[in-house]
Amino acid sequence: MGTFIPNTKEEQLKMLNEIGYADFDDLFKDIPAEARVQGELNLPKGKSEIEVSQIMEELASDNVVFDSIFRGAGAYNHYVPAAVDAIANKEEFLTAYTPYQAEISQGILQSIFEYQTMMCQLTDMDIANASMYDGASAAAEACAMTQDRKHSTIYVSDTVDKRILSVIKTYAFGKDSVVKTIPAAAGATDLAALKETLEADDKAACFLMQYPNFNGIIEDGDAIAEIVHGAGAQLIMSVNPIALGVLKTPGEIGADIVVAEGQPLGLGLAYGGPYLGILATTEKNMRKIVGRLVGETKDSQGERGFVLTLQAREQHIRREKAASNICSNEALCALKASIYLATIGPKGLKQVATLCTSKAHYLAEKFEEIGMKRAYEGEFFHEFVTTCPNADQLLDALEDNGILGGLKLSDTEILWCCTELNSKEDMDDVVEIAKEVFSA
Amino acid sequence: MANTNELKYSKSHEWVRYEGDEAYIGITDFAQSSMGDLVFVNLPEVDDEIEVGEALGDIESVKAVEDVLSPVSATVLEVNEELLDAPEAINEHPYDAWFVRVGNITETEELLDEEAYDKFVEEEA
Amino acid sequence: MKLIFERSMPGRGQDIFPECDVEIKLPQAALREKEAALPEISENEMGRHYTELAKASRGVNDGFYPLGSCTMKHNPRINEKMAALPGFTNIHPLQPEWSVYGACKAMEMLEHDLGEITGMDRITLQPAAGAQGEFTGLLLIKSYHESRGENQRKEIIIPDSAHGTNPASAAMAGFKVVVIKSNEKGMIDLDDLKAHLSEKTAGLMLTNPNTVGIFDDNIMEITRMVHEAGGLCYYDGANLNAVIGLVRPGDIGFDCIHLNLHKTFSTPHGGGGPGAGPVGCKDFLAEFMPGTYSKDDGFVRAEKSLGDMTGFHGNFLVCMKALTYLLTIGAEGVPELAKNAVLNANYMMEKLKDYYPMAYDHTCMHEFVMSLEKFHKESHVSALDVAKALLDYGIHPPTMYFPLIVDEALMVEPTETEAKEVLDEAIEAFIAIHKQMMESPESVMACPVTTPVRRLDEVSAARHPILKYTAE
Repeated sequence: MGTFIPNTKEEQLKMLNEIGYADFDDLFKDIPAEARVQGELNLPKGKSEIEVSQIMEELASDNVVFDSIFRGAGAYNHYVPAAVDAIANKEEFLTAYTPYQAEISQGILQSIFEYQTMMCQLTDMDIANASMYDGASAAAEACAMTQDRKHSTIYVSDTVDKRILSVIKTYAFGKDSVVKTIPAAAGATDLAALKETLEADDKAACFLMQYPNFNGIIEDGDAIAEIVHGAGAQLIMSVNPIALGVLKTPGEIGADIVVAEGQPLGLGLAYGGPYLGILATTEKNMRKIVGRLVGETKDSQGERGFVLTLQAREQHIRREKAASNICSNEALCALKASIYLATIGPKGLKQVATLCTSKAHYLAEKFEEIGMKRAYEGEFFHEFVTTCPNADQLLDALEDNGILGGLKLSDTEILWCCTELNSKEDMDDVVEIAKEVFSA
Repeated sequence: MANTNELKYSKSHEWVRYEGDEAYIGITDFAQSSMGDLVFVNLPEVDDEIEVGEALGDIESVKAVEDVLSPVSATVLEVNEELLDAPEAINEHPYDAWFVRVGNITETEELLDEEAYDKFVEEEA
Repeated sequence: MKLIFERSMPGRGQDIFPECDVEIKLPQAALREKEAALPEISENEMGRHYTELAKASRGVNDGFYPLGSCTMKHNPRINEKMAALPGFTNIHPLQPEWSVYGACKAMEMLEHDLGEITGMDRITLQPAAGAQGEFTGLLLIKSYHESRGENQRKEIIIPDSAHGTNPASAAMAGFKVVVIKSNEKGMIDLDDLKAHLSEKTAGLMLTNPNTVGIFDDNIMEITRMVHEAGGLCYYDGANLNAVIGLVRPGDIGFDCIHLNLHKTFSTPHGGGGPGAGPVGCKDFLAEFMPGTYSKDDGFVRAEKSLGDMTGFHGNFLVCMKALTYLLTIGAEGVPELAKNAVLNANYMMEKLKDYYPMAYDHTCMHEFVMSLEKFHKESHVSALDVAKALLDYGIHPPTMYFPLIVDEALMVEPTETEAKEVLDEAIEAFIAIHKQMMESPESVMACPVTTPVRRLDEVSAARHPILKYTAE
């Protein structure tokens, strides 16, 4: 076993004696006896590095890494360029604390400033913060940002991922806020219902839509923005960052706040985390934005430098009046997203988005040919829902062949996802297996 | 510059300047200097009802935030939006940099005149 | 240093993606008009850029990092290697249960160990950070009172020494914050606590040892008083490193807790995150727990679950690092952490107290607070100045101006992973700065002089925020 404590037992005792304590019991004498643990905790004995590696490797090998993955639904199987982890794992980035001491943290501060800039470019918004925990909690905090004395109701489209909705409701439970959903029609937000509902509620704070939505459909952002703004509420768009490589941007649509799950930007699947919450907004919301911000300034010699700024919004200064309690965020994941975007560049972003959507369209077409029709007609990006005679039967057959199929939505509906990692050959295999399963 | 002699002061370091039925409210030189360089102010909205002893807004420095407590219960008639872009005006000319103009004053806390306030500040320090 | 955008050259870039092997097909929807102005840069140029940024950053391996309340201990390499195993990094969070047996088992092991260490019956790994853990714990308390029809319990009592996250989390959970005073020993004033307990009390949030580095020896009495008033006790695990293996929050009257895996459990801070903030609770609160927990090789949801804190299972890879750490340290090693963290802090405090006034003259736990108030009054040298002077000695400054109840505070937390000679060098640096302060206070106020940039203008950064790069 190892404790990573450098001082030997003898050195420890010498230090104790040097500052006037007989032993450790003497040092801890202020802790009342009744509060102390008696004996040893029921934990495994400490182990050597080799033994620990063996245990962890065995646990890891008890998980199935699928050769081919057609499941998305909030976590996407994209290629992570070699540079991303190689750079982000530099110890100066990996082990640093939050850059409160600006003079020795210029590297991290500048990397966050660059991240903020890239997020503004990606979303076409004015301001982005230094990151949130994940896409779902970013969505929940964005909803709270839109609430004030006159606007309190949170509206969420039924086409938003239920996991995001669950986190929004959990945060809303804290403030006893009302969360209402707007129904879907043909797999997209029901615009007539949205208009009618928002117009009837003068307390509407925001409407949160997903773009593309959970069913993969590209919602009509312009029409939604007009309705939401017409009702005096703010539009929050929860977006897929890769899709923004080709789709009309939230900035062009007129969103007030953009949130995203940043996982597709070089973070890997990682069984759900750590991921990256992206949050961007308009200049108008600058003083209301939650989380850390890095700003440019000058030092006493006139050199450019960077600092954490507008800190009076945050919990360590504003305490119970702070807009959010967020403190630790996902800085290293934000760095990975920056390295990812710097690696692929503007052309790569367009290219990866094009690959994803082209492949998804190919697979959808092939499914159609064998009678697995799309459940909804709307335009889609890289996810789509098909019907099939028996979802379990198909998914089991795919798993037997080392393929993680789409996500089962019902006994006869599956949500599929394609990325640049799905080759034509893999897709043809899936279709072949489906054909066999359903012809038998 | 405003004649500080004509102002009334609260023990939480706000000043009040009456003009007929209305009043202007700001923060004192002592308040601004103990906060240091101000970087932002939060102001109420026109038509807001403010209450004696409650925050009408707040002031931010780089590392701190303080409420500005209202010395009166009243209705906000106007806010000084210039402060939003230039909070340094409060540091430079605290007695000209009014935060709000209020009317319909229904209640006022016990306020000090300049001499009493100066004495109060001296004792506080 | 150039920004990455200033290194960008049109037409440059890297080849990552293959040609499309199916027909190119874009959706018939509104498309992006304006290309994102991302950097166009070769791999070599990009590598040099980030190496330059890394050199202008400071990690734990760059030297002593005694940031109070942050527990900047060594981050073992084995943790990183294990969390990078493809069996952990390449699994989809929505894979079928039969295909993630290892992940499920690993989470169960960590839940067990954290439960044993804290004396809690149920653990959730879903919260992504300490602050989110606090929020979760407070929602548990809220759910509990509401389930008993005691909706009037709207007040959370928090000592004036608490971290800012405590009141911020309480407000997010819909509670009114009631602040109570600390006494002259930095502990909770029992009379003030008593005066604020009522049928409105929902609970108490406490960090113990507290933020001034002192173990509140009235703790059994404090939790008893809160329970007697019908409130629950929340333990903020930020300072667990001082007592891990020696005191269990569950044994001293706490009903729920959060832990910071990025503090006590050695996972790296990443320049601000990701961390992880698991939450533990006693049986009677378990029915409200968020997310799912592992049971019989699968995941189940609590009966009256309050919902979800994050989209999936929380920061899973961070949890794998903490599990690796606990497997290494083991039962006999856990209390050694606390003992040595406390020894190192007292060693430094004892050697420095003749030079710097300590806020509380008392055996400290894993950290101690000095007050520069006297120097500030006499020669205008502030806590900030001393912090900046330490930079010139290659030492990361302590936490400044916290806790708020101590004027001109500097809070020092050496951690157990620092060797005696490192502490001795730091002590010498502090003493040298003291001497400099006595002889030439102005020179201290001009520090640092050896860092890549000098003191930065934070006022203009906040008055006229520039939050992104704009091409000229």
